[in-house]
Amino acid sequence: MNHTTGAMIGAIPAVRFEAVTKRYGQVVAVDHVGFDIAPGTLVTLLGPSGCGKTTTLRLIAGLEQASDGRILIDGTDVTALSAAERDVSMVFQSYALFPHMDVMENVSYGLRAMGLKKADAAARAAEKLALVGLSGYEKRQPSELSGGQQQRVAVARAIVLEPKVLLFDEPLSNLDAKLRRRVRDEIRGLQQDLSLTVVYVTHDQEEALAVSDRIIVMRSARVAQDGTPRELYNAPASRFVADFMGDANLLEATVGEHHSETAKVSVGPLSLDLPHRGIAPGPAALAVRPHSVRLTAGSAGRGGIEGQVTKAAYLGDHMEYMVATVSPKTEIFATAADVNRPHAVGADVAVHLDPESIVLVGND
Amino acid sequence: MTRPTPHQNTFPARNIGAWLLLAWAGLLILPWYKVEGGFFSFGWLADFAAHGPAVLRGLHDAPWLLPLALPLLAATWLWARRRTAGLAVAGGIALVWMAVEGLAIIHSGWGFGWLAALAGTKGPVQPGMGWGAVIYALSMLMLVAADFAGRGWCKGDRFVIGSLLIVIATLVIFVAYPLLSILSSAVRDNSGNFAPALFTQKLFDANIWSLDCLIGGNRCGVAWNTLFVAVLVGVLATALGLALALIALRTQIRAKWLLRGLSILPIITPPFVIGLALILLFGRAGMVTEFLSHHFGIPRSRWIYGVAGITMAQVLAFTPIAFLVLVGVLQGVSPSMEEASQTLRASRWRTFRTVTWPLIRPGLASAFLISFIESMADFANPLVIGGNYNVLSTDIFFAVVGAAHDQGRAAVLAIVLLVFTLAAFLIQRQWIGKRSYVTVGGKGDGGTPAPLPGGLRIGAYGIAVPWLVLTVVVYAIILIGGFVNQIGRDNTPTLQYFLTAFSVEKGVGGWFLSGSAWPSLTMTMTLALVSMPFTAAIGLLTAYLLDRQRFAGRALFEFLAMMSFAIPGTVVGISYILAFNVPPIQMTGTGLIIIISFVFRNMPVAIRAGLANLGQIDKSLDEASLTLGARSFATLRRVMLPLMKPAIVTAMIYSFVRAMTAVSAVIFLATGRFNLATVYIVGRADVGEYGIAIVYAAVMIVLMMIVLVGIQFFVGERSLGRRREGVDAMPIAA
Repeated sequence: MNHTTGAMIGAIPAVRFEAVTKRYGQVVAVDHVGFDIAPGTLVTLLGPSGCGKTTTLRLIAGLEQASDGRILIDGTDVTALSAAERDVSMVFQSYALFPHMDVMENVSYGLRAMGLKKADAAARAAEKLALVGLSGYEKRQPSELSGGQQQRVAVARAIVLEPKVLLFDEPLSNLDAKLRRRVRDEIRGLQQDLSLTVVYVTHDQEEALAVSDRIIVMRSARVAQDGTPRELYNAPASRFVADFMGDANLLEATVGEHHSETAKVSVGPLSLDLPHRGIAPGPAALAVRPHSVRLTAGSAGRGGIEGQVTKAAYLGDHMEYMVATVSPKTEIFATAADVNRPHAVGADVAVHLDPESIVLVGND
Repeated sequence: MTRPTPHQNTFPARNIGAWLLLAWAGLLILPWYKVEGGFFSFGWLADFAAHGPAVLRGLHDAPWLLPLALPLLAATWLWARRRTAGLAVAGGIALVWMAVEGLAIIHSGWGFGWLAALAGTKGPVQPGMGWGAVIYALSMLMLVAADFAGRGWCKGDRFVIGSLLIVIATLVIFVAYPLLSILSSAVRDNSGNFAPALFTQKLFDANIWSLDCLIGGNRCGVAWNTLFVAVLVGVLATALGLALALIALRTQIRAKWLLRGLSILPIITPPFVIGLALILLFGRAGMVTEFLSHHFGIPRSRWIYGVAGITMAQVLAFTPIAFLVLVGVLQGVSPSMEEASQTLRASRWRTFRTVTWPLIRPGLASAFLISFIESMADFANPLVIGGNYNVLSTDIFFAVVGAAHDQGRAAVLAIVLLVFTLAAFLIQRQWIGKRSYVTVGGKGDGGTPAPLPGGLRIGAYGIAVPWLVLTVVVYAIILIGGFVNQIGRDNTPTLQYFLTAFSVEKGVGGWFLSGSAWPSLTMTMTLALVSMPFTAAIGLLTAYLLDRQRFAGRALFEFLAMMSFAIPGTVVGISYILAFNVPPIQMTGTGLIIIISFVFRNMPVAIRAGLANLGQIDKSLDEASLTLGARSFATLRRVMLPLMKPAIVTAMIYSFVRAMTAVSAVIFLATGRFNLATVYIVGRADVGEYGIAIVYAAVMIVLMMIVLVGIQFFVGERSLGRRREGVDAMPIAA
């Protein structure tokens, strides 16, 4: 764990943002964002739409110029350089294949722009096309390819320049659900085989968890949290991150006095010993994942919260419940693997929380 | 294999070096002043001292040219120090000094009255600028661009900044400067002295503003005349356009042919043709007049010459334009909205009244204002059929060419006309543009548009059918009128007019074009063909800058570029005469000035074609190219241009056709040597030689048809046939 931070010591980061700000008139799209990206890792920028993740990606590419701060690529300050001058390639959401060129012309475009001879460019391009499994498609027009193939052409076109950083802007959003998982794995495989440094933008937390070495969660133009997938899921720094990284129930709680690493936390009738994670005594929230909520029939005994099932949905391999509780007054979302003996709507249930899988988060 | 490592603040030594070299050449080698007989005759080489470069002339008789070497020396020093910061100052000083010395010292002495008063002498003289000056100024502009790029403007892209500066400079020189010349000459008397009192007197002249006709007097001021006709034409053309649009889109006949025919007519018809046809129909000796007097004893009269004729001709000419605007608007009304209204139990009439009508109302205002501007700007129809009814555009012309030759009065009239059309243009853009609910150009969301309620349908047919019949008759007259002896009176077929104009004879040295129309036709085609690529290039470049680049003052830039749409041709003509007749830029009497007027008159058409096309090209394509290491120029050349072929073709064709049929601006600029087809036809009509005029007009129409249809055939439906483009690229301001 935490190998990224470890690897960073001594090594020059592939990308470094130093308090980068991007303003459009009065609107601040990226606000004092800073991070380092280690060479050879896949880092995801994750966040809801409008959080500034795509602008951040475009700032790395040079498609936007920073209003403030410095951007370094491989130790060189590139803040003032245009996209054409940066050693960075990008795979676009729409793939942006040139419709008037065939696959070979598309892939060798960057090499030709660099001034390579046609034959040399074609040889290198063919090599990358083979890498993405598209040998034999050289003479096809982009319009004659399927969505997945078009994307592979876009990837080949980007990696043919062997850039210091490869950028992906929501690369899976134009693919159907089945293809997504496969293409996702292909991208991750390619990145690991070639030890590429990849910055990947998505709004899908599951996709982010699956492919990333590290995830930078963004919210309202700022970095909300930066860490490994496991850190983000298990130790979210805020309510926002807890909620964004997979639905979490956020229960109002009160933190009591700290005892070394733990604190007494009271939530409704319950009093739990939890790691306090530096959160000061006072009001806070408990993040509880739906799958770690356990429901039992009947009224609550010790260690449970009384509730009533308000919704129950059968999803084939699991059940989804909504449970209304009085203390604390809230609704709790829970999933259960037992589909054969479901709780009925209106039934009284006891809600049990597993102390191992609940996290205390501060109020933002 | 990585890209060449980018250095921080890479100094573009070769690029700047090349411009410096050119600037030095402009200063040290090329003739600074305009060479009599033309630069390319190379006669100036023989007499190098007299036609010498700026430095020689500076040492000899034009010492004010010598300071031009200083900023260039400074720029060269900066180049040697590998610095871009400061080039803008050097270039700026050079350009400002050029403007100052150019305007202060002209062919006749001091250019400003107060300078002459101050110096007490007539002052030194200098001719107009030549190639040396042009090259020097261009290089200096590019040095300014290099400095701006070094400061990171427009993402530090030299090509973008350079293009932007060139476009702005040309707009300033060929649009803004001539307009300012109008202002400056409006406030002077005819000997060039500052005379504000005379200006006020001319501006509030009874000839312009009198309202006599309202209180029983015989005539109103020319401004009211013009306004009256323009409002009338605006209302009538909009009503007819709406009726036709409803018929074309909302009735069973769904007349595709109607759409097609009407969208092509205003493009191929030289502006005065309709007035000419109306004279042949309703003039004192016209066909209809003959018929009525012969059979019903209705006395011949001259009623058509005047407000009736102008209005008829303009309504016939501009209804297709109003129609195209309204078709676009009506197509933008989503059928699903009308269907929604009907499922809510509204009747057809109620649906039209409460849903469709409010949605198209801004479009109606737009169509009205465009027809209004067209009518105001129209020069040829009032000239041909106006009789004693004066309008501003013809009055401007006669103030310059007539016996009076009062440039000051022409300038004042031009200002009045310009204020009217610009006001209408501003209202159309700012006010109505923001009130438009319909989104045109998006994907249709299916559904069938509601058919018209019965009463409305009958009304639409009632207005449109007679108008369509008249249109057909008018065009029939044009096409056959030149091939009979005297249409209406003596309908014996004859080829005499055609042969006079277009005969080809075999002479001593082989075949030659002996017809009287050939010189003007070939000259027009040559100038139109030469202007074509320049119009397309500068228009599409401007469209690219507007659509793909963000920079401070973009809105102002767009406004300036599109504004020439609203400048009436007559105003352009008079402004070019006033601005380019004397140094520093002396071009009247050349073919060049006609070409330039074509380029800047037709540039908005190319801009619109370019914008429409660029809107369909995903922005991520250029971004992909940029991230792959191609700079903006390479991206433009290798990605954008191939995808912009339809716009290139559209821009070229429209600019060619519009150049061929233009009359209002070029009638001021045409000369004996550079005679133009339209000017020739107007001249024939003016002296009553209708046969030749009509035959020539018919040939022009057929020629334009062939060009348009031929191109459509070669390039295919997609590029020209798109309806939106037809609307966008429509010709405004004759």
